[in-house]
Amino acid sequence: MSQHEVSKVTILFSGDSGDGIQLTGSEFSHTAALYGNDLSTFPDFPAEIRAPQGTVAGVSGFKLNFGSEAIYTPGGSVDVLVVMNAAALKKNLSDLKEDGFIIANSAGFDKRNLKLAGYPDDSDVLSELRESHRVLDLDVTKLTREALKDSSLGTKDRDRSKNMFVLGFLYWIYGRSLDRTTQFLETKFAKKPEIASANITVLKAGYHYGETIEASLPRYIVKPAKLEAGTYRNISGNQGLAIGLIAAAEKSNLPLFYGSYPITPASDILHELSRHKNFGVKTFQAEDEIAAVTSAIGASFGGNLGVTASSGPGIALKTEAIGLAIMLELPLVIVNVQRGGPSTGLPTKTEQADLLQAVYGRNGEAPMPVIAAHSPSDTFSTAIEACKIAIEHMTPVMVLSDGYIANGSEPWKFPNAKDLPTINPPKAKLDGGEYLPYQRDEKLVRSWAVPGEAGGEHRVGGLEKEENTGNVSYDPENHERMVKIRAEKVQRIANSFTPLEMEEGETSGDILVLGWGSTFGAIKVAVRELRGDGVHVSHLHLRHVSPFPNDLEELLKSFKRVLIPEINNGQLVKLIRDQYLIDAKSLCKIQGLPFRSSEIKAAVMEEVRILTQMQES
Amino acid sequence: MSEENITLTPKDFATDQDVRWCPGCGDYSILKQVQTIMPELDVPKEDIVFISGIGCSSRFPYYMNTYGMHSIHGRATSVASGLKLANPNTSVWVVTGDGDGLSIGGNHLIHLLRRNLDVNILLFNNEIYGLTKGQYSPTSPVGQVTKSSPMGAIDHPFNPLALALGADATFIARTADRDPLHQREMLLRSHKHKGSSFLEIYQNCNVFNDGAFEVMTDKKGRPFTTLYLEHGKPLVFANGEKGIILDGLKPKVVNLGADYSESDLWIHDEHDQTKAYILTRMFEDPQDGLPRPFGVLYSEERPLYEDLLEGQLVSAKAIKGEGNLDALIAGSNTWDVK
Repeated sequence: MSQHEVSKVTILFSGDSGDGIQLTGSEFSHTAALYGNDLSTFPDFPAEIRAPQGTVAGVSGFKLNFGSEAIYTPGGSVDVLVVMNAAALKKNLSDLKEDGFIIANSAGFDKRNLKLAGYPDDSDVLSELRESHRVLDLDVTKLTREALKDSSLGTKDRDRSKNMFVLGFLYWIYGRSLDRTTQFLETKFAKKPEIASANITVLKAGYHYGETIEASLPRYIVKPAKLEAGTYRNISGNQGLAIGLIAAAEKSNLPLFYGSYPITPASDILHELSRHKNFGVKTFQAEDEIAAVTSAIGASFGGNLGVTASSGPGIALKTEAIGLAIMLELPLVIVNVQRGGPSTGLPTKTEQADLLQAVYGRNGEAPMPVIAAHSPSDTFSTAIEACKIAIEHMTPVMVLSDGYIANGSEPWKFPNAKDLPTINPPKAKLDGGEYLPYQRDEKLVRSWAVPGEAGGEHRVGGLEKEENTGNVSYDPENHERMVKIRAEKVQRIANSFTPLEMEEGETSGDILVLGWGSTFGAIKVAVRELRGDGVHVSHLHLRHVSPFPNDLEELLKSFKRVLIPEINNGQLVKLIRDQYLIDAKSLCKIQGLPFRSSEIKAAVMEEVRILTQMQES
Repeated sequence: MSEENITLTPKDFATDQDVRWCPGCGDYSILKQVQTIMPELDVPKEDIVFISGIGCSSRFPYYMNTYGMHSIHGRATSVASGLKLANPNTSVWVVTGDGDGLSIGGNHLIHLLRRNLDVNILLFNNEIYGLTKGQYSPTSPVGQVTKSSPMGAIDHPFNPLALALGADATFIARTADRDPLHQREMLLRSHKHKGSSFLEIYQNCNVFNDGAFEVMTDKKGRPFTTLYLEHGKPLVFANGEKGIILDGLKPKVVNLGADYSESDLWIHDEHDQTKAYILTRMFEDPQDGLPRPFGVLYSEERPLYEDLLEGQLVSAKAIKGEGNLDALIAGSNTWDVK
C-alpha cells in the first residue's frame, strides 16, 4: 500500500440526478471541513427534477476542492472523477487531469447505459480508458446488494444506498472517519431506522472494500489546512444570505419581512428563513414576483425591514415596484441570485449577466445602490451591509449573488453577534411640529414615520414629489431638482465605504485584474500563482458596483492595463469605461460555468505580452 | 381610542390638497362618505392607512389625512397585504377600480381574498378606463362602444362579486355612489367585518361613461331594478309590490298580493354561501328581469391570515425558544482551528 501526501485534491462526483450525488458530495465536504481542510464546492445539476435517466442531460455533478492550503475555487481539472454511469463519464471525461483517476460503477456501463450515453452499445469504454488513465471499476450496485443481503428492505430501497458505498470507499482512500456521516444518517432517518442502518452498513462496506483491495490502490493524505485560528462552520451562499438578513433585522431592531415567490436558484433563502420564525421572521410566499416585492414595500411602509429575492426573470418582473421604492425612499433589500439568461435561460447554471439590469434596469432616472457578494461566506456580511445601507439611507438596495455562490459552500470563521455593525433606522421625531416626509439630513436621507405613530400621518406615492412636503408636484424645476437629489443621495452612500483594499499585490503597477462577484476565487488563485512566477499583477475585487467607491478611479489609473474577467458578455467593463474613460480590457466567459484560474492566467499573460510589445516599440 | 379621537370630525380627515377629479364625478360622493364615517370607527387616526394603485379612484389617499400610499398599477392589494402583516394593528383600506383591481391587479385581488387578511377593499366600478381617457374595462358590457372598441367591446365582462365569492371572499357587498346613506352603512359594515371585505361601489364616470348605472340609481326606475338586502328579511322590491322566491335554485320574481305573501319569499341569510352565489348571478340587465341586489350578499367568519402567521411566530418561539443570533450563526456543526 502506498500513501502519498498532497496539498489539495479536486474530486468530481457525478451520476444520474437520482443517484444521490449532491448528498454524497456535501457529506464528503462536511467530513473534510471537520477534519480541518479548507475547501470549496460547486454543485452542478440539471434543471429537470428527474431528467431522463442515463442520459448526458440528466447528469448531476458535485465538485469539491479540498486541501491543506488555502482554497478559493472548487478547482479546475479534476484529480478524481467518480462516475456512476456511462453518461457521467461522457459528460466529464474532458475535465479529468491527464494523470487523473477514475472510479466507475461498472453496473452503469451495461448496453443500455452505453447506448443512452451515446457510446456504441458493444464498446468496452472502461477498458479503452485504462490505456490512458488509471481506472478502478467496481460493480457498486452488486456490492451494495451484497452488503444488504440480510436487510428486510426491497431492492429499490437497497439500491438507493449505493452512493454510500462510493462515499465509504472515498473515505478510505483519504483516511477519513465515518463518524460525521454516520451521525448524519442516524438523524436524517431517525424515523426510518431500517433505512438508516442500511445506509450505514453500505457506508462501512465501501470503506472495508478499500481495505480489502488496498494493495492495488494509492491512498492520499491531505493534512488539515493552516487556517486562521478560530471556530469554523461550513456555509453555502444562500444560507449565509438568509442568516445575514436575520442578523441585520436583529441589529436594527426591526422585524424581518420576506416576500418571495419560488425560483431557482433563490428558493433556498425562503426555505432557510421560514425555518427561523422564532426570530420573528415573517415569510410570505406571494402569488407572484410582483406581489413578493410589493408586499415587502408595504411591510417597509409599515415599519418592518422588507426584503425580497429572486433570480433574473423574477427581478425583471419586480422592476416597476423597485422604481416605486426609489420614489418612496423606503428601505427595501432585493436579492438577485443570478442564473444564466436571457429569459428562462439556464436556470441551474451560473452567470453574472444581470449587472446592467441591477444598475440601470428601471424606467426614469432611478439610481439604486448595488452590492455584490464574492463567495458563499461573503454573502453574510454583504446581506448585513445591504440592509444597513437600505435602512440608514432609506433606499432600496440590490444584492447580487449567483448560482455558483448560492449553491457552493466553504468553511467560514464566523463572527460573534455582538461584533456585527449596528444599524440605526432614521426614525421621524414626531414632537408636535409638522412632519415633512421629504425633509432631508446632511446625507440627503429623509426620516421614517410609520403607521401607528401619531403626528406622522402622511401620504407617499409614485408621482413626483415636491421637495420637503412630498406633495404631488408637476413643477418642471422641482422635478429636475428631485432627480438630482435622488442621484446625489445614492452617490453620497459611497462616503461611508471603507477604503479599498487589494486582494493581492500593490496599489499600482503593470496589470490590475478587477473583478466583482463570484469570479473572486479564480482571480485570486490566478494572480497569486502569477505573482509567484514574478508577474507584476494585482487583484482588486469590487463589492460596491454602484455607486463605485470614491478611491476607485485613482487606483485604476495607477495601472498600465486593467483586465476585467466576468461571467457575461462584458458588463462591469462598460460601467468602468463609461465612468473613468479608461481602456479596460474585458475577459468574458458565457458558458454557465465559473472561470478556471488557468483561463484568467492566460488572459493576464496576453496583457503582459501586449505590454512588452508596447514597451519594445 | 384616545380622547383626541372622540372629538374628531370628518374635516379632520381632509387634507390640504385640491381634489382633482372631474366636476360631477361619483368619486366625490364616496370620498365624502368615507371621511364621514372615519370618526365613527373607534380607531385612532394614526392607525388608519389608505392604499391605492393607479387610476382615477387611486388618487384617493392624497385626500385622506391619514397614513397613505398611492402605489403602482394593480398592486394596492399586495402592498396592503405586506403592510397588514408588518403592522397588524392598522386599519387598512384599499381603494381600487375596475381596471386596477380586476384587470392588471386581478391576481393579487383574488389571493388577498382567499388568504383573508383583515383589509377593506373598496372597488369603484365605473365600467370604463377613465384616467387613460375612455377605453373599455373588464366590467364594460359586451357591445360597449369606446375609443378602443369603436365596433363594440367583444370581451365578456367580469361579474366582480361572483369573482370575489369564487375566490372565497369572506365578505362581499354592493352599493352605489348616488346612495350616500346605504354607502355609509356598507362602509361601516366593511370596517366591522373581521377579514377581507370586498365592497363594490357603482360609480358614475360622467365624462367617459355617463349613466352606466342610471337604471339602478335614477329615483323613478330604481325601485324596480334594485333589490336592497337585509339579513333575515324577505327579498322584496318594487315598493313592496314584488318579491323573489326560489324555485329550486332559480330565483323568480313574483307579485305580492293575491298569490304570494312575504312569508312565501326567499329570506336573506347573508351566511348562506350557496344562496349568495345565486344572488351574485342576478346580474343580467335589471330592466329585463331580476333586480340587481345591493347590500351584504355574503359574510362569514374565517381565521385571519395575520393571526395565523402571528400564531406560527408564537409557537415557533414556544418550541425553539426565542431566537439566539449567535447560535444561528454558528449552526449545528462547528470545529476549532488552533
